[in-house]
Amino acid sequence: MSGWLLALIQLMIFVLGAPFLVIWIKQVKCRLQNRRAPSFAQPYRDLGKLFRKQVVLAENASPLFRMAPYIVFAATVLAALTVPLIAIKLPTAAIADMLVLLGFLAIGRFFMTLAGMDVGTAFGGMGSSREVSLSSLAEPALLMVIFTLAMTAQSTNLSSVMQYLLDVGVVLRPSLLFALLGLMLVAVAETGRVPVDNPATHLELTMVHEAMILEYSGRHLALMEWAAYIKLMIFGVLIVNIFFPWGLATDATLPALAIGFAAMVFKLLVAGVVLAVAETRLAKMRVFRVPEYLNLAFLLALLGALSHIILEVGV
Amino acid sequence: MNIVDFSLHEQAILLFAALILFTSFALLAQQRMLASIHVFAWQGALVAGATVLVAIVSKQNHLYFSAALTFGLKAVFLPWMLHRLVNQLGIQHHVETVVRPALVLLGAAALVVFSYYVALPIEKLSLLSTRNTIAVSMAVVLIGMLMMVARRQAVSQVLGFMSMENGLFFAAVVSTHGMPMVVELGIAFDVLVAAVLFGIFFLQIRDSIESLDVDRLNRLSETDQAEQTRE
Amino acid sequence: MNSVYLILLLPLSGALLLAMIRSPVVAGWLNIGISVATFLASVNMALIVLRDGPFLTDNSMFYIDAFNVYLIVLTSFVGITTAIFSRPYMRYVLSEGWVNPKRMRLYHSMYQIFLVTMLLALTTNNLGILWVAIEGATLATVLLVSLYRTPESVEAAWKYFVLCGVGIAQALFGTVLVYFAADHVLHMPEAGLQWTVLYSVASQLDPTVMSIAFVFLLVGYGTKVGLVPLHNWLPDAHSEGPTPMSAVLSGLLLNVALYAVVRCKMLVDPALADPGWGTPQLAGYLMMAFGLLSFVVAGLFLYRQQDIKRMFSYSSIEHMGLMTFAFGIGGPLATFGALLHMTVHSLTKSAIFIAVGHATHIAGTQFIDKIRGLIKTQPAVGWGLLIGTATIAGFPPFGVFMSEFLMLTATMQSWPWLTPVLLSGLAIAFAGLFRNIHPMVYGAVPEGQQPVQANMLPVALHLLIVLWLGISIPSFLANWFDQATLLITGSHFL
Repeated sequence: MSGWLLALIQLMIFVLGAPFLVIWIKQVKCRLQNRRAPSFAQPYRDLGKLFRKQVVLAENASPLFRMAPYIVFAATVLAALTVPLIAIKLPTAAIADMLVLLGFLAIGRFFMTLAGMDVGTAFGGMGSSREVSLSSLAEPALLMVIFTLAMTAQSTNLSSVMQYLLDVGVVLRPSLLFALLGLMLVAVAETGRVPVDNPATHLELTMVHEAMILEYSGRHLALMEWAAYIKLMIFGVLIVNIFFPWGLATDATLPALAIGFAAMVFKLLVAGVVLAVAETRLAKMRVFRVPEYLNLAFLLALLGALSHIILEVGV
Repeated sequence: MNIVDFSLHEQAILLFAALILFTSFALLAQQRMLASIHVFAWQGALVAGATVLVAIVSKQNHLYFSAALTFGLKAVFLPWMLHRLVNQLGIQHHVETVVRPALVLLGAAALVVFSYYVALPIEKLSLLSTRNTIAVSMAVVLIGMLMMVARRQAVSQVLGFMSMENGLFFAAVVSTHGMPMVVELGIAFDVLVAAVLFGIFFLQIRDSIESLDVDRLNRLSETDQAEQTRE
Repeated sequence: MNSVYLILLLPLSGALLLAMIRSPVVAGWLNIGISVATFLASVNMALIVLRDGPFLTDNSMFYIDAFNVYLIVLTSFVGITTAIFSRPYMRYVLSEGWVNPKRMRLYHSMYQIFLVTMLLALTTNNLGILWVAIEGATLATVLLVSLYRTPESVEAAWKYFVLCGVGIAQALFGTVLVYFAADHVLHMPEAGLQWTVLYSVASQLDPTVMSIAFVFLLVGYGTKVGLVPLHNWLPDAHSEGPTPMSAVLSGLLLNVALYAVVRCKMLVDPALADPGWGTPQLAGYLMMAFGLLSFVVAGLFLYRQQDIKRMFSYSSIEHMGLMTFAFGIGGPLATFGALLHMTVHSLTKSAIFIAVGHATHIAGTQFIDKIRGLIKTQPAVGWGLLIGTATIAGFPPFGVFMSEFLMLTATMQSWPWLTPVLLSGLAIAFAGLFRNIHPMVYGAVPEGQQPVQANMLPVALHLLIVLWLGISIPSFLANWFDQATLLITGSHFL
């Protein structure tokens, strides 16, 4: 029972912490660019304000358009539920593995792209088409990363993978190095960050994610934005907890959980700094160049899988 | 044998092998002239580093000498020479368009899988901890070959050639702890002479077709035999 | 034992000397002198081998047996005759302004370096050094192919360099694998590539590794032999380089590359004879397939050639294919035939290239359609070319007929259904050659065509030897061939 409670608390941290990760990245970026940063409460305030605002719907919006934000948010939250944040071996870990996680994210994306096309504006359709074509390239890379992990730990369950990596200790694994690099590239593309997409702009030629949710307002927009925050958090947690699993609580005692929480916060903050630095140094690339970028991600993931088979198992 | 059973040095050799393979891919995909040369220099340095690690693990002292030779030749001298040549030819900012880059990279990945299968029976015979890297070294050789086929620029072809040499040297180091010294010296000498000749050729090709794009070397072919100029 | 060092050091020091001599005239004579000295040294060594049998130098670096000794003599002999031809020919090239005196120095020096690498490849006892020497031969000749600096010659040289570089790298990988297999049996790091040591333990080498190694070695050295589909460099390099270069490339380099392949086969065959291994003939089958493919394809390509040197280079591919095929069949008869063919082809083809050099000099072009009436303008050159072509096409009573006859007989014995392929291939090649040669020799003389200063002595000498070999093989030579056959196949022919 306490396991379920813990899982619930972890989910709360996940969902409520997601906007914090976003504002942290923004803060670091502002510092790096010598700009004044918004306060840490800003995303919460934004969300709160949007929830209070009236929803404006297009005349020709179908019921799907109204349902989509809830579905997207729910799918993303469910995805977050399967990711171990501060503790492994939680009962929720047994429900779903990495492929289901991918499935949840895919459901969210599916409905978001449908909603983007629903009203029939040019931007929505363009955003949806870009989103689908990019994710069709990103998903194979992500799957390849998952295969590599699954082959290493002999399980597709995230919790078991982390457990295995914790048990084995420090091993110089070329496959995991490549998988990490591949996952990082995919994460940037999937969460719509620079250099693939820019969440802070509404420039028609470049936007992908923003184009799809352009027609949303009020609480619908709030849910969509929040889902995007959670998605960023999911990828961040995946990267830090799989490749740097140290600190994760393996039992439900209070000290272990406290250490787990502190480690998680620290790792995510560091990851946020890395992302902010990368975004500051890189310029957004042209949409046509993105497939090349995703090919690189796929290649890295593939090299990870190959080097696992060739080098680490051998004969 | 699984990686978990290896010592840290042996794990590092595997890591280096993977990185060498990665530089091969990077070399294949890199379109900028200077960046390619730098990637090649990195590959040479990684091969030298792996050789040092093998020397430590196997306690074969002559490998230190081979590593130094490789480092000097492949990571310092050749990149320096190519750097100087491309500056001299004024093509340091040249960007080559690779035809169907994604296809070429997938082909390279297929070559890796192929090498794995070819090398399996060889690896079965070996007792060395480095045996898993034989497939990687073979893949580096084959990818170098692919690069010479896929790229149409003389400097890139030379880089492909030299990265094949890297792969061969790496193969010798990991499968048998290096060749006999006299052979290794002979090979190094050949590579050195080849590098100098390549340099001479760049100038000759540039003089004859005013570019280093070897696609324009198309006077001699069976399908459309050009009339001889020397009449 | 100094004789081995002598035949390597003579051309090597000659090359250094020639690099310093500025006068092309002196260099031309000196080139001949050094080649003669090398030849004498090699004959001296051959006499020692004839008297005492095979020997290994004290430091195990060089090994001379019946298989390589006659190739060494052959190499140094073709070295002299081509040097004799090259002296007036290169002066003509110089006077036409195709090269400058500086490049003449390069030419003469590299000519001797090339001979060093050939002799090193033949004499060495180390498979690694064999590789180094054959790669060295590419490096020495590649600048000579682009000697005229025309766009075509630069292109040919680049192709030669790149293609052979790729190919030869495969051979090195194969060598690494052989060393790997040997390491398992021997545990002697320094001896693991020594031919004599390897040969004695060949049957214990791992068959799987050796078969993979042989594929790499065959592809690698096969590129140098000019086996289809790796032959693309060969016609270009032959047609664009100076003619003496074409003569030694066809006459020597291809032979030495084939020698390397056969040496490798000698290692692989015992290793694969292991009863647990499925196909003991793997090396033979591969060589037969590549050889036959080259033979047929090159024969067909003879038809469409417009450049005389290109045409004869395809003829070289064809003959190398035939020899590879015969070595692949194995068995004493085929091997004896192939060994004889190596000798006669080398002599005949270099004679033809010398005659072709004079013919192009007379006509002022390499373009087949523009070379006409040689026999009227200069009978010696015309007859030389005609007889040379007749010889290479396999007319009796020349040695080529003899060797082709032996190889055909061997095919009939072991692979009867391939005989028609070989016969029709020979017929196609014959027709292809004569279709082009006939008008060149007999056709109407173009206006103003003048005889040139030509020294047909090398051609006559080569063709006479080939004729002699066709009529009766001297007993010491037959004995060597027989010894080599014994080495390669494990049984006597005679």
